[in-house]
Amino acid sequence: MSHQPVRPGRSDPKDFLAIDALLDDDERLIRDTVREFVADRILPGIADWFEAGRFPKELALEMGKLGLLGMHLDGYGCAGTSNVAYGLACTELEYGDSGTRSFVSVQGSLSMFPIHAFGSEEQKQEWLPRMAAGEVIGCFGLTEADAGSDPSSMRTHARRQGGDWVINGSKMWITSGGIADVAIVWAQTDEGIRGFIVPTDTAGFVANDIHHKMSLRASVTSELVLTDVRLPESFMLPDVVGMKGPLSCLNEARFGILFGVMGAARACYEAALDYAGTRIMFSKPIASFQLIQRQLVEMMIATNRGMLLAMHLGRMKDAGTLTSSHISFGKLDNVRTALEVSRTARSVLGANGITLEYPVIRHMNNLESVFTYEGTNEIHTLILGQAITGIPAFS
Amino acid sequence: MKIAVCVKQIPDPATPYALDPITHFVVRPAEQVLDDTDRYGIELGLQLAEASGGTVTLVSMSPVGNLQGIRQALAMGADKAVVVNDPALRGSGALVTARVLAAAIAREEADLVITGTESTDGYAGVVPQMIAELLDLPALTFARKVTLEGTTLKVERQTAGGYDEVEATLPALISVTSGAVEPRYPTFKGIMQAKQKPVDQPTAADLGLEPATVGAAGSGQVISEVRPAPERSGGVKIKDEGEAHLEIVKLLERAKVI
Ligand SMILES: Cc1cc2nc3c(=O)[nH]c(=O)nc-3n(C[C@H](O)[C@H](O)[C@H](O)COP(=O)(O)OP(=O)(O)OC[C@H]3O[C@@H](n4cnc5c(N)ncnc54)[C@H](O)[C@@H]3O)c2cc1C
Repeated sequence: MSHQPVRPGRSDPKDFLAIDALLDDDERLIRDTVREFVADRILPGIADWFEAGRFPKELALEMGKLGLLGMHLDGYGCAGTSNVAYGLACTELEYGDSGTRSFVSVQGSLSMFPIHAFGSEEQKQEWLPRMAAGEVIGCFGLTEADAGSDPSSMRTHARRQGGDWVINGSKMWITSGGIADVAIVWAQTDEGIRGFIVPTDTAGFVANDIHHKMSLRASVTSELVLTDVRLPESFMLPDVVGMKGPLSCLNEARFGILFGVMGAARACYEAALDYAGTRIMFSKPIASFQLIQRQLVEMMIATNRGMLLAMHLGRMKDAGTLTSSHISFGKLDNVRTALEVSRTARSVLGANGITLEYPVIRHMNNLESVFTYEGTNEIHTLILGQAITGIPAFS
Repeated sequence: MKIAVCVKQIPDPATPYALDPITHFVVRPAEQVLDDTDRYGIELGLQLAEASGGTVTLVSMSPVGNLQGIRQALAMGADKAVVVNDPALRGSGALVTARVLAAAIAREEADLVITGTESTDGYAGVVPQMIAELLDLPALTFARKVTLEGTTLKVERQTAGGYDEVEATLPALISVTSGAVEPRYPTFKGIMQAKQKPVDQPTAADLGLEPATVGAAGSGQVISEVRPAPERSGGVKIKDEGEAHLEIVKLLERAKVI
């Protein structure tokens, strides 16, 4: 290859490293389609939904029609896109709001994925097409009030009675719990931890929504209570026993998150850049002050770096070389980066930064949840610590 | 029913256009996108095809470049595409464009031809009417509403003061305005399938067009000079002392906007 001289010139402030050029045609088209969907259907309503504490459930069918739900799964009504395409869709959704991205993550990666990966053929036929269409909404019950970072200490259990399973226990902090038609519930059994497909209209199942949240307000978070929930054998996921089941779902969802949060970061950076260019103080746009320029540049660099990391991990996932500790790297670094960007943007916007007129404080508050769920910063640090030292330091 | 929808790939409108210093045509970069206004014609074509069990064929003349815009249109649901891709077409004006598209449409034996009203990048706004003339079809232009009953097309035709109700029997050509229908998003399944859909790429000669009738030679026109539009002058400033709104209403009335 001939030596190419470095071209002088400016770069696009909104795609500084020309990451767009890393995408193939399908990926670009999927990204642009989700971007347009978010601009048309999410951005106009999101401030109101956030303030009202409401998830726009009516969007589920529209998302299904587009192909967003379980998009990277094959067959059963799913589109079967690349992992990078799935990641890019998460980025665009979370540019809108972490709540709408969470809904899609929970539906595709946490509810459909376990059925797709560990379900029987009958279970797949029964649930996946309707879930892909958005007609059936799923949720994922792993965490309990007293089992968070250490989910293997869960107390929810299932016992065999005749040919049936009887499940007792409760789950906490469950996204989409109160609007779900079906819950993937993980429970202790004599054989180890097992997954169950629990229709939410089964007798003994109750979902109580959690109110007074200051984060992910445009998303439903609930407690699930299971009292003598009786289900036939055919509602148990046959092909997995142990923590491998829920953890492999989490890996899928974390992959979406490490792309997704860069959408939230980009929204905050763009809002700050636009604002700094037009806000006049001391007779000048505030973008002309060195201190503000530094903040803008830090946000720009952080957002581009995070997106490059996501693309790299995405290409590895498509090539089959991605490990769960790579995902921990991405989840840990990209979420904390996005949170920092959102806080910086909040400061650049001054008083306007605390209103829902601008997206930044909404993203900033949302990212606090994203920081905690799907493995906290500390837990991913410990995973990485074990990966490089060989020594587990969890307990 | 066979429906042909004319679509165009254009340079990304978000990037500044360059004009060729000799031909004065818009320079076409390798990366092109679907002209956004074509999505209305595609949507209408898909709706009519779905209602009648017909097919939608995209017809385009695209001298150079990728097929991303065509793929986007296929991803919306069109069945196949014919892209006349031939270096001999460089420098073609509106009449040659119409001639090429008409030849491609004739080969498809379309019952209905749908176009936009004009392209976004460079346009004369006459290609739809020229295609109709060349194919000897009735042209129902500037449609803001379209219904098909059997083989009768009924169209509300946008005019300066309102609309005309016009109708024609198939085969026919209609040009649709933005807003006639709400274009659908391409679905992900559609995007994944678009690559497998046939994209026929004939040359002008394959369509039976003589070299002398296409390209710069066949156009019968040259763009002799291009000048930038004059800068806008300052406008009118109205100082508001409580009555400014009346002044503005008067201005709008004079401009026949209200
Ligand atoms: C909005 C929202 C939605 C959620 N959705 C779901 C869902 O759909 N399904 C689901 O199953 N769960 C869900 N969760 C739960 C989430 O996964 C848990 O909150 C998370 O795993 C942390 O558990 P915890 O809150 O109990 O915190 P804890 O585990 O009690 O942690 C508290 C603090 O201690 C730290 N810590 C814990 N252990 C260690 C250690 N060994 N070393 C160092 N520090 C440690 C943590 O990092 C954290 O800072 C959701 C949570 C939120 C906030």
